[in-house]
Amino acid sequence: MSTPSSTSSPSSPSSPAGIRRAVVVGGNRIPFARANGAYTRTSNQDMLTAALDGLVARFGLQDERIGEVAAGAVLKHSRDFNLTRESVLGSALSPETPAYDVQQACATGLETVLQLSDKIKLGRIESGIAGGVDSTSDAPIAVSEGLRDVLLELSRAKTLQQKLKAVSRLRPKDLAPDAPGTGEPRTGLSMGEHQALTTKQWNITREAQDELALASHKNLAAAYDRGFFDDLVTPYRGLTKDSNLRADTSMEKMGKLSPVFGRHLGADATMTAGNSTPLTDGAAAVLLASEEWAAARDLPILADVVDGEAAAVDFVHGKDGLLMAPVFAVPRLLARLGLTLEDFDYFEIHEAFAGTVLATLAAWEDADFCRERLGLEGAFGKVDRAKLNVNGSSLAAGHPFAATGGRIVASLAKQLHERTDAGDLGRPARGLISVCAAGGMGVVAVLEGR
Amino acid sequence: MADKYTDFVSRGWGRDLAKRLGLPQPVRLRRYEPGAPLVPGPVLLIGTGPGADSLETALKGWDVEVLRDPGIATAAGGTHDAGGSASSSASPAAPGANAPTGGTAKLGGIVLALDSITRPEDLAGPVLAAGRALRSLAPNARVVTVSRRSSTADEPALAAARAGVEGILRSLAKELRSGATGNGILLAEGVSAEVPSALGALRFLLSGRSAFVDGQFLTVGTAKGELPADPDKPLAGKVAVVTGAARGIGAAIARTLARDGAKLVVVDVPAAGDSLAKVANEVRGTALQLDITKPDAGERILEHALSRHGAFDILVHNAGITRDKLLANMDAAKWDAVIAVNIAAQLRINDALMGSGRLPDGFRIVSVASTSGIAGNRGQTNYAASKAGVMGMVRSTAARLAATGGTANAVAPGFIETEMTAKIPFATREVARRLNSLQQGGLPLDVAEAIGFFASDAAGGISGNVLRVCGQNLVGQ
Repeated sequence: MSTPSSTSSPSSPSSPAGIRRAVVVGGNRIPFARANGAYTRTSNQDMLTAALDGLVARFGLQDERIGEVAAGAVLKHSRDFNLTRESVLGSALSPETPAYDVQQACATGLETVLQLSDKIKLGRIESGIAGGVDSTSDAPIAVSEGLRDVLLELSRAKTLQQKLKAVSRLRPKDLAPDAPGTGEPRTGLSMGEHQALTTKQWNITREAQDELALASHKNLAAAYDRGFFDDLVTPYRGLTKDSNLRADTSMEKMGKLSPVFGRHLGADATMTAGNSTPLTDGAAAVLLASEEWAAARDLPILADVVDGEAAAVDFVHGKDGLLMAPVFAVPRLLARLGLTLEDFDYFEIHEAFAGTVLATLAAWEDADFCRERLGLEGAFGKVDRAKLNVNGSSLAAGHPFAATGGRIVASLAKQLHERTDAGDLGRPARGLISVCAAGGMGVVAVLEGR
Repeated sequence: MADKYTDFVSRGWGRDLAKRLGLPQPVRLRRYEPGAPLVPGPVLLIGTGPGADSLETALKGWDVEVLRDPGIATAAGGTHDAGGSASSSASPAAPGANAPTGGTAKLGGIVLALDSITRPEDLAGPVLAAGRALRSLAPNARVVTVSRRSSTADEPALAAARAGVEGILRSLAKELRSGATGNGILLAEGVSAEVPSALGALRFLLSGRSAFVDGQFLTVGTAKGELPADPDKPLAGKVAVVTGAARGIGAAIARTLARDGAKLVVVDVPAAGDSLAKVANEVRGTALQLDITKPDAGERILEHALSRHGAFDILVHNAGITRDKLLANMDAAKWDAVIAVNIAAQLRINDALMGSGRLPDGFRIVSVASTSGIAGNRGQTNYAASKAGVMGMVRSTAARLAATGGTANAVAPGFIETEMTAKIPFATREVARRLNSLQQGGLPLDVAEAIGFFASDAAGGISGNVLRVCGQNLVGQ
């Protein structure tokens, strides 16, 4: 990640010498659906194709050869070995558009944005579509190791005797399927259980979590009401809005929910179905381009993709919480760009759990933590809550793992464009994106409005 | 959507049965196909004078064989028809069951040049000559009158002669069978039959584009307009915006305008975005998810068209809703919703566009009205108010656009086979389908073709018109 941008001046982090700009033209997603809801019988490929086709329709990209399409899914069937390319072939894009799959857990979508932006900045491609899709309803189910072993041997068997011998090894327990779980392979704990530990560690209260969740629903509902998503979301399978959205929820309703994670913590169990993001199906896509490519097609430019950073933490040995990697990534990125939290107009911190967002903010405000773990002189800073997830985030919209990055980048780019357009800042509006991911990872990025 | 009855009576024993029982026998209408001949046979041109001569020149330019002597045509077609089954005026022979084997083809159409008549007595000669040729018409033939619009400035006898043509044409059209239609062109005072829009209208009315237009008149008001370089791509290079384009008639309009060469911006409410995206991808245009009742809808349409496509030449106001209820049971919500979408939104968008100073000269507005707005329809006071309002708006807007060469027109569909009309109960739908001279429902395409004509440069001299696409529905004009 050592690029010439480390020498750029703080006033214009988006224009490092010698490197082109990569811009966000716009995005499209399908409404996100709670698992086993509207998209129950819909495959990842169907949803990603729909997201691409909506993007094509919005920007008139029919038959256009895009430089590269990068997307991915976290829960992926073995048949979807070339998911993104197959989705491109099923879309109205030119079949001469190359594509590849990425998988970095919940950060998949944001990582594809950064990868394609870098390629555009380097002049390797002129345009790119980044995105992601996930279905927890249509999750891949593997057969047990025992059955797999028998099936493989059966396929190698040549004589009837060999075949019978292979089948005779089969035991009833081998017939139970092996469904994917949310448990971390190295700890056996689910993401929610991990976060419950972190939430307790940072003393995040139930009330604070419910308030954040409530704000997410209110902000998302308000954004829909004012038409903010008119050019960001294309309906799909009868769904016109995210099905997880509860516009009428309240602190009282949230307060009635029982804890679902960290129940072994007793009275300290604060994480409920209301302040945790449910399993979700959905897909999102973002159109990225060089300025020249966008101008040649009379396409809008919403924002610059300035820079990004990835981090990982040692959650296995309990050094840091599973979802705390962005806490480390953001200070590194901002140091490189010469920016502080004060320099941002909007923050998009992915709400895997309300506790994740609040623990992240608490860590940055903790002078001791920041000195000891981040190597800073004191507290990293405070995020103005009025600038946080202003159009709602995952708690309200849902979180189809790989699709979340595309949702956030497109929405933030539009918000930054509107803010920059207002003109009263006297500079481009600036936004920070932070996405935590399984495996103790995090990917963060900075966008600037046009 | 399929008209199974028409399929049934179109062939085999179904046809024989229908004939014996005297049931309506609608035929498959001739619809436009790129490259197909303009009319299915030679055209008999009746009338003398410079108007008729210029029409002859135009027809020949379109590779149409022109006959000027009514006697020849009658003899040619008449011999074939003499053995035909029916000869009453109510059901003249259905020609074409057997293709003419002789050297002379059946008539593809009759053009009656009546622009120089001055007294009702002048009508007899040309009109009766046309009458004698009617039995020689091929299936799906066209009868087109070209005459002058009557006005209060005319001497009474002149006005009577000119108005008389309207009565003749509308009655004549009802005598036609086998998909043949009769329509007229009215020339304003001082406008000759050779102006682009008169010829454009003639071409439209002769072609398969006007398949479901019957018993109607187009008024050519000025000598403005221009015939397209390529008649198969009359909208080449134009940028058109179509509202309500996600499905039904709107989607058909988008497809038809795209086929004719236009670049499309398709607009519909965000909730219909998935269907809209499909239409946009099919016509190689862009989708704009927008609620047209929002106060800034006009600005957003203008911004999208200009910034993304660099031009904005045609606006088709198609979006519309129904909230039917007898007036006795009508509530404010149903009334207001229909007025808001069907007429108030159009007015606000037009105001925003015309006040922007960014519209090009020759801008075209085409609105979708309805025969319900002309004849009225039980349970549709709100809808009829909005659609009659559209017609009023179009006439007024036409006057305002005239200075810049722009036009505003409306198309009023009758019974059209759509998802909406498919929901009408069977018996009611069957009756509605047969209650017109063509004895069938029209297709969304038929409405789209009429809109495409108004949107084209060939219609530059036609403004403030309301054209019914209703197969000459028995109610209203």
